[in-house]
Amino acid sequence: MDNILVSKKVTKRFGGLEALGKVDLELKKGAIQSIIGPNGAGKTTFFNCVTGFYTPEEGEILFNGRNITGMSPDRVTHLGISRTYQNIRLFKNMTAIENILVGMHPHLKSWLIGAIIRDPRTVHEEAEALKEAYRLLEYVGLKGRGDMLAKNLPYGEQRRLEIARALASRPKLLLLDEPTAGMNPSETQDMVHFIQRLRDELGITILIIEHQMRVVMSISEKITVLDFGRKIAEGTAKEIQTNPTVIEAYLGRGAASGLGETAAKG
Amino acid sequence: MQNQYTDWKQALRSGLLGGAITVLLSLIGIVTAFSNTYIVNKVISFGELLIVGPIAALSLVAIQKARARHPGLLILTAIISGLTSGLVILALAGLGQVINLRAMFLNASNDLYAIYAYKQALVPGLLLRLLVSGLVGALVAGFTLLPGRIKAAISQGLLYVILVGLMGRLIGTVLNTWGFVAILFKWMFVANSLSPIGAIFLFLLTGGLAYWRYGRPKTKQITDPKKQKLVRWGTLGGFGLLLIFLPNILGMWFSEILDNVGLFILMGLGLNIVVGFAGLLDLGYVAFYAIGAYTIGVLTSPELGFFNLTFWQAFPIALIMAFLAGVLLGLPILKMRGDYLAIVTLGFGEIIRILVLSDWLKPWLGGTQGIQRIQRPVVGIGEFSITLQSQQQLYYLILAGIVLVAFVAVRLRDSRLGRTWMALREDEDVAVAMGINHVATKLTAFAMGALFSGIGGTLFAAKIGSIYPSSFQFLVSINILSLIIVGGMGSIPGVFVGALALMGLPELMREFAEYRYLFYGAALVAMMLTKPEGLWPEARHRLEFHEEETPPPEESEAVPESA
Ligand SMILES: Nc1ncnc2c1ncn2[C@@H]1O[C@H](COP(=O)(O)OP(=O)(O)OP(=O)(O)O)[C@@H](O)[C@H]1O
Ligand SMILES: [Mg+2]
Repeated sequence: MDNILVSKKVTKRFGGLEALGKVDLELKKGAIQSIIGPNGAGKTTFFNCVTGFYTPEEGEILFNGRNITGMSPDRVTHLGISRTYQNIRLFKNMTAIENILVGMHPHLKSWLIGAIIRDPRTVHEEAEALKEAYRLLEYVGLKGRGDMLAKNLPYGEQRRLEIARALASRPKLLLLDEPTAGMNPSETQDMVHFIQRLRDELGITILIIEHQMRVVMSISEKITVLDFGRKIAEGTAKEIQTNPTVIEAYLGRGAASGLGETAAKG
Repeated sequence: MQNQYTDWKQALRSGLLGGAITVLLSLIGIVTAFSNTYIVNKVISFGELLIVGPIAALSLVAIQKARARHPGLLILTAIISGLTSGLVILALAGLGQVINLRAMFLNASNDLYAIYAYKQALVPGLLLRLLVSGLVGALVAGFTLLPGRIKAAISQGLLYVILVGLMGRLIGTVLNTWGFVAILFKWMFVANSLSPIGAIFLFLLTGGLAYWRYGRPKTKQITDPKKQKLVRWGTLGGFGLLLIFLPNILGMWFSEILDNVGLFILMGLGLNIVVGFAGLLDLGYVAFYAIGAYTIGVLTSPELGFFNLTFWQAFPIALIMAFLAGVLLGLPILKMRGDYLAIVTLGFGEIIRILVLSDWLKPWLGGTQGIQRIQRPVVGIGEFSITLQSQQQLYYLILAGIVLVAFVAVRLRDSRLGRTWMALREDEDVAVAMGINHVATKLTAFAMGALFSGIGGTLFAAKIGSIYPSSFQFLVSINILSLIIVGGMGSIPGVFVGALALMGLPELMREFAEYRYLFYGAALVAMMLTKPEGLWPEARHRLEFHEEETPPPEESEAVPESA
């Protein structure tokens, strides 16, 4: 059983629109895998189904062999899946370190009484949490930014902070929704290395939605292509680049997402 | 030429605006109402200030906007502005003679015109008014031409004369509790206002101080950390002492105000948790206040005679009741968001008030007659016990309540629970996805808020000894919400500042009773326009770029000032 995540014929509809249609996907433990597809293909919807934001109408999602279909988001988080958002969703008016501390929520215990009387256990727990949070902050390259409000961080750093927050819940599987969106080539390059480090050093399995082909091709062991909610192709970077259906899906729609050029050159 | 032409147009426009403001203030009625509220006895009243003030202010605007730089031209501009304002006032008075304005504007009375005319015969009086208006413009222009140091001295002197003059009655009340000191100052005041000599003395004193201080560096920065610490503890200690002796210093009448403000601070601290920390808009907050007060009433009043508990026996029960009410109300409604929550809580507040009013519950809660003879709290043991009865004694009880509640609020804010509340406020979906149980979290906020409000209610009952449904109006919730907004959402010191500004100041301005809400509203709007983050915003709203690696976010925030 080396598949950490398996989706079986997952279907999600919004009214008449089929955002996902019978999507099968298998994600190997310890892999870095990508989902690509034109705008509105259903990529984010797939993430939302996995993390419990949406309940699919049909199909099943298994995490480490356990059925998590329709589970609430907080329980999914407790099981070990965490994510980032396409349009960064940090707690804007909280500091960077507080954002990470909120991410650690599932592993902390103190509540009302502890907060008021500050018994030794609470004090200890908070101190440890804070240490860990600063460690994570440094890990994602934001050392010294801890006391800044999330909203005051530059864009690239907000993305990193969001990843730090996701890591804070100690996930086994990390879902990244377009982590390099809006970044320049050198920032993108940094992000790619960083994602590889996450897998190599922390052993976290990673599923990425990505638009920039250069990123997808350089990073992922396997690529799944969605179009109109359907899986139209799956395979290695090479296979995808030369797949006529994929080229058709991208070029036919005239989407300037770069796949066309890459494919044409490759 | 072109320049002068635009300057005159500007002068006319300013003059018209100045006149319009004066006329507006007159028609509202405050000019007449305050024509006998003297700032300097028999010399200048607050009403007169309301006429002259706008004229002066707008001549200043005319000068500042003028392109001309020649002093003569500037003076001319200001005079034109002043005269124009004067003409507007005259126009109102003139119009009043021709048609009956009172049909529409109750305050466009002959009294008003007499004030305009300095209580003289109308025609010469109004001409005098026009002259004075022009003179005001000229004086303002002259003022702007003075060197900075003298300008600073004059404006400071005037400011203090006006403030002290307006506060004359209050200062008198305080002085009355200070027999021997009062004698030292007696000559400065006549009939609740400054005496002319007093005014001149005060003007020279404060103006002279400003003159002397002008251009000098402010107090030296203390750099030695040891000294800093000393200074900090010193101020804190001094402040504590001041708080303890405040009722004795200020006397009975002020203690009553302090008590009222204190109760609002208490409840503000609670609502701040709900609205400021957790972002739940609760408009029915007064309900818990009522529950706290009524529980004490029902349990202790011998008039009802059910339980006849003492205050302290009833106290924990009241707190439990308020807390439980918070939980019970919270359970069904916390899944709602924003506007819906606001409406439902508003409804809840009204339900409680109507229940209390109802005939049905009258045997238990007293209906409109309320509950009288509520037991006062007794502190101490045996022979050394005293019943807290006077406003001065109750002050300490309320102060203790505030210290306790503020302490808890600070602790909560800086805890995991506090973070959780803020995360929910920022983005509920994401917070829930981080594993936060939103129902439990919101419920805790709601219940803690209810508990604090309940404490406020018990102290309120203890303070006035009898409670009526009319004390628990919707307006109370709104007042508390306003003071939080004015102080700065989510800011604990902000609650103190907001309560002092919104509850304390209006109490001090009892003279303005009738126009209280007018000033209040104007102040609120002005504040939202100029300082929307509040008077004392939460520290993290002020955070800017920061230094290297920082210690734990243990914001050391000296718990509460003032009460
Ligand atoms: N909550 C919703 N209600 C209705 N329709 C939705 C909802 N969420 C997504 N959709 C629709 O489902 C389809 C797939 O959306 P999704 O966000 O998954 O696309 P995507 O592949 O992530 O696209 P992009 O590259 O633009 O992020 C779109 O047509 C979208 O309009
Ligand atoms: Mg998307």
